[in-house]
Amino acid sequence: MMRRTWVIKAILVVSFLALTILGGLGLYEQRRFDIPIVAGPGVTKVVKLSDYSQGLKGTIADTLVFILEGKEAGGKALIMANTHANEPEGMLAALIMIENAVVDRGTLIIIPQFNHSASRNTKPGDGYPLYFEIETEWGKKTFRMGNRDASPLDQWPDPDVYIHYPEKQLLSFIDARNTNRTWPGRPNGLLMERVTFAAMEIMRREKVDIAVDIHGAETMFPVTNCIVAPEKSLRIATMAALTVKAKEGFDSHVEPSPVGFRGLSHREIGDHAETLPFLLEAPIPFLDQPTGPKTEKFLLDGKDPFLLSLARKKKLFVPYDESGWPVEKRVGQHCSLTMEILRQHAKRVPDRAVEVRGVPRYADIVKNGVGSYFHDPAKAERSKIYLN
Amino acid sequence: MVMIFYYVISAFLAVLLIWNFIREKKNVEDMALYLLVLVPLVLRILRVK
Repeated sequence: MMRRTWVIKAILVVSFLALTILGGLGLYEQRRFDIPIVAGPGVTKVVKLSDYSQGLKGTIADTLVFILEGKEAGGKALIMANTHANEPEGMLAALIMIENAVVDRGTLIIIPQFNHSASRNTKPGDGYPLYFEIETEWGKKTFRMGNRDASPLDQWPDPDVYIHYPEKQLLSFIDARNTNRTWPGRPNGLLMERVTFAAMEIMRREKVDIAVDIHGAETMFPVTNCIVAPEKSLRIATMAALTVKAKEGFDSHVEPSPVGFRGLSHREIGDHAETLPFLLEAPIPFLDQPTGPKTEKFLLDGKDPFLLSLARKKKLFVPYDESGWPVEKRVGQHCSLTMEILRQHAKRVPDRAVEVRGVPRYADIVKNGVGSYFHDPAKAERSKIYLN
Repeated sequence: MVMIFYYVISAFLAVLLIWNFIREKKNVEDMALYLLVLVPLVLRILRVK
């Protein structure tokens, strides 16, 4: 009897170790996996976000900031991606800009992994893939698939209710780890408040004219496929939306930023700095709830039979057919809209123009694929490679 | 500070579970449950998830 008990216990311990090691190893590796970024011809300087707020130094929330300076003086624009790290089209668009853009006038500041902690987090309960791969001419480039919120390993405990600073609005507890609810942040607050504070410091110290925060949103969510803008950015947003519709043939409507909903980039940036904020949303079916398995293929092609059925019942806020909503369209929209916002701003304030070339537009990315704009780190100069 | 306390609580619970697993002589279901509950605590203490 005693011997039987020990045999059972031994089997259970081996099963426990197998479960813990097999389950944990993948998560351990994903948290430590770095994405190589090849700094393109336009990158003149790479700094850390902590250079603008000491409270981030030495933390996992610290992240790379790529600066592309033009020869001629002009305005400044800040591009932020992976504010929500489970909306990777923003990061892909930002990386395309870092690897290809050349600034003729003004300065472009790009943060490709804004919520760096979230980009090393995942959502196993929803069956998220840990990685996704983009086909390139030189092989597959692997990216971490992150989560919407920072990892509890980096910011803990969650409060019962998140009290927004400085407005004291009561938000969901989970939003304490959401870098699109912690704006404008504070230097000694929660880790995610320190992240947004550092970005606010970039905008205030560098006198940034335009800030673009790039996202993705569910097809069943009304604020999707759009530019969200506060009152002072509405004119440029409207002109950008109309221009891409007329010239490039894709829709992106304009949503006014709600005054009473605090903590969002498109609201707080405009209220706490001179900068004009814009938040871009492209439809990402992967984030919808009534879908099939959350596979890497679904993340990239956006095809799902359940969403197709809902589209036929007119339950979605975007057109949806058998072609899904592939990553090429999403990234293409973000690149085109960002460039168009810069162009519209340059028309309105010529002495603060940011003139950029080398960034592919919507039709180019849909035709050539996202991967054709990434450079092979194996062939790049070592000094040009940054791990993020 | 709260974060450190949380890890101390996790470690304490992990020790309790291991102790109960060792003491359990008959009920196989309880033995399995002790180890199953231990998995997330171990992953948290090791800062994996």
